[in-house]
Amino acid sequence: MPALKTPMQAYLIRRLLALLPTLIFTSIIVFASIRLIPGDVIDLMLAQNDIATGQDRAKIEAALGLDQPVAMQYFVWITSALQGDLGRSLWQNVPVTEQLAATLPITFELGFLAMLVALSVALPIGIYSAMRQDTAGDYTARSFSLLMLALPSFWLGTLVMVFPSVWWRWSPDLVYTPFFEDPLTNLSHMMVPAIILGLGMSAVTMRMTRTMMLEVMRQDYIRTARAKGLGERLVIVRHALRNGLIPVVTLIGLQAPLLIGGAVILEQIFVVPGMGLLLLEAVFQRDYPVVSGVFLVVGVAILFINLLVDISYGLLDPKVRHQ
Amino acid sequence: MSEVTFSAQTSLPAKKHPAVTFVGRLVREKPLGAIGGAIFLLFLFCGIFAEVLAPYGMNDTDMSQRLQAPSWDFWFGTDHLGRDVFSRVLIGAQISMIVAFMAAGLATVISIVIGVLSGYFGGKIDMLIQRMVDAWMTFPDLVLLIVVVSIVGPGIPQIIIVLGLLYGIAGSRIVRGAVVTVKEETYTHAAQSIGARTWHVLWRHILPNIMPVVIVLFTTRIGAVILTEAGLSFLGLGIPPPAPTWGSMLSGTGRTYMYMGPWLALAPGLCLTVVVYAINVYGDALRDLLDPRMRGSR
Repeated sequence: MPALKTPMQAYLIRRLLALLPTLIFTSIIVFASIRLIPGDVIDLMLAQNDIATGQDRAKIEAALGLDQPVAMQYFVWITSALQGDLGRSLWQNVPVTEQLAATLPITFELGFLAMLVALSVALPIGIYSAMRQDTAGDYTARSFSLLMLALPSFWLGTLVMVFPSVWWRWSPDLVYTPFFEDPLTNLSHMMVPAIILGLGMSAVTMRMTRTMMLEVMRQDYIRTARAKGLGERLVIVRHALRNGLIPVVTLIGLQAPLLIGGAVILEQIFVVPGMGLLLLEAVFQRDYPVVSGVFLVVGVAILFINLLVDISYGLLDPKVRHQ
Repeated sequence: MSEVTFSAQTSLPAKKHPAVTFVGRLVREKPLGAIGGAIFLLFLFCGIFAEVLAPYGMNDTDMSQRLQAPSWDFWFGTDHLGRDVFSRVLIGAQISMIVAFMAAGLATVISIVIGVLSGYFGGKIDMLIQRMVDAWMTFPDLVLLIVVVSIVGPGIPQIIIVLGLLYGIAGSRIVRGAVVTVKEETYTHAAQSIGARTWHVLWRHILPNIMPVVIVLFTTRIGAVILTEAGLSFLGLGIPPPAPTWGSMLSGTGRTYMYMGPWLALAPGLCLTVVVYAINVYGDALRDLLDPRMRGSR
């Protein structure tokens, strides 16, 4: 068939086109957050920032681009953002992109470790829960996941800081060491926040794994596999797991927002110099170029992750790309 | 093809009040959910009568009684200024409940307005609204909240509006889904075909039939709001001191004293976990009882 496009290519083009309006609205939200800075905040910035004290109000407004018409401001802002220029930090007087480049990998490492923790907790428990549906084990596992959903990470973090120190005079490491300088010290610092973040994320993944496995176990090919005399273990490993975990693995990408949100809190408690801590410090210092820079990067990163998830979903599941 | 359905209305034996029937079903079919609901009611009661129940004033300082371990006089101990932690946790419950009910209420109204607009009218409006919702939902809740609070500043009214907006827009998806289903029901088509006004169709046919979804949404939002408000207050971006919120009790200057008085780290977090857990369990049960369509999503 002399088709111009394969279904996968058509699917990709559709996804990219659908992404465009969302991307535009996302940039408008970020832009509006800069625009909405009320006038008195500029006074506060003048009073609070050492860097800014020497400058007058008009200069700050010019630096933020607030002296131009709105449409023009958006245009100027988006073109320079697309060229990788997000302005300079008012507090540190370095390019925002430089700060983002320094902190993003750290948050990424925390997120990656947390994801590992979440998967190694969620997958076995989720599968077990589905295999033993409505037994005491299943109820315990589901209660555990509900508990993890309710347990605030900042409380768990606080408990880990306080109680081991009171009881055993041990407290988690709070000094950050770059991974490539000393991997072991780095990991021993990152492990505790990663475990707490991962436990929180495991709840949703576990519930999803259980639902998907239950769904798959009802399919005809499972009955066929059993009917031809395959052992239960083989049925689960070779047929159920393979099909049940496809959506789970791809949907994990959708937990990125949860992960970044959680990272903000845990980076603050455990003094991890990632993007979350950068955002928080910028908010308290009213360093708006940095705030909006982090805001934009987080938004675009998540849109990008969603796109990757969509693409891998299309690759794994032929039904999706033919819709 | 279709069955005669209008006879069901007349043949129902209308004996008990629907609320009584509902509680009966909840206790019989979902005992855990009923316990969750009861725990939530207990916290609600504590919140409403916090001033009456609190043995001391929330900001009464007594330096001779500072950092006392839990005892008969001070159930949850005292903090570094000699304030009674139990009294402060009770007032914290009150603040949590006020914020939760108002923000979840606001969120539900916003969800209904956006969801109905998008779902019922469809077409270009739907497309436009949905892309905006997509963009809004791109941002992690906490990051969005931090940025917005950095603009509007901390405080109870701001937090209620911001949380209402955040969860309202996110929840509109769920309402929209329900509206799209109800829109295609025979009774909606029937009303439309006899020339009923749009407003009438929305009010009499759409709204009552999406109520189960809305009630579940409101309930689960209460838990989410409590947790998020606590997180924001913990970061110092929620409700400013001296208001004793559960989140702020775990942060700030109190944190340095936790090593001398570890009980300071316990009560607020425990209350938070228990009440959110209870609401989640109750919300799950509610979803199973009210809205069979959402049953798979637990």
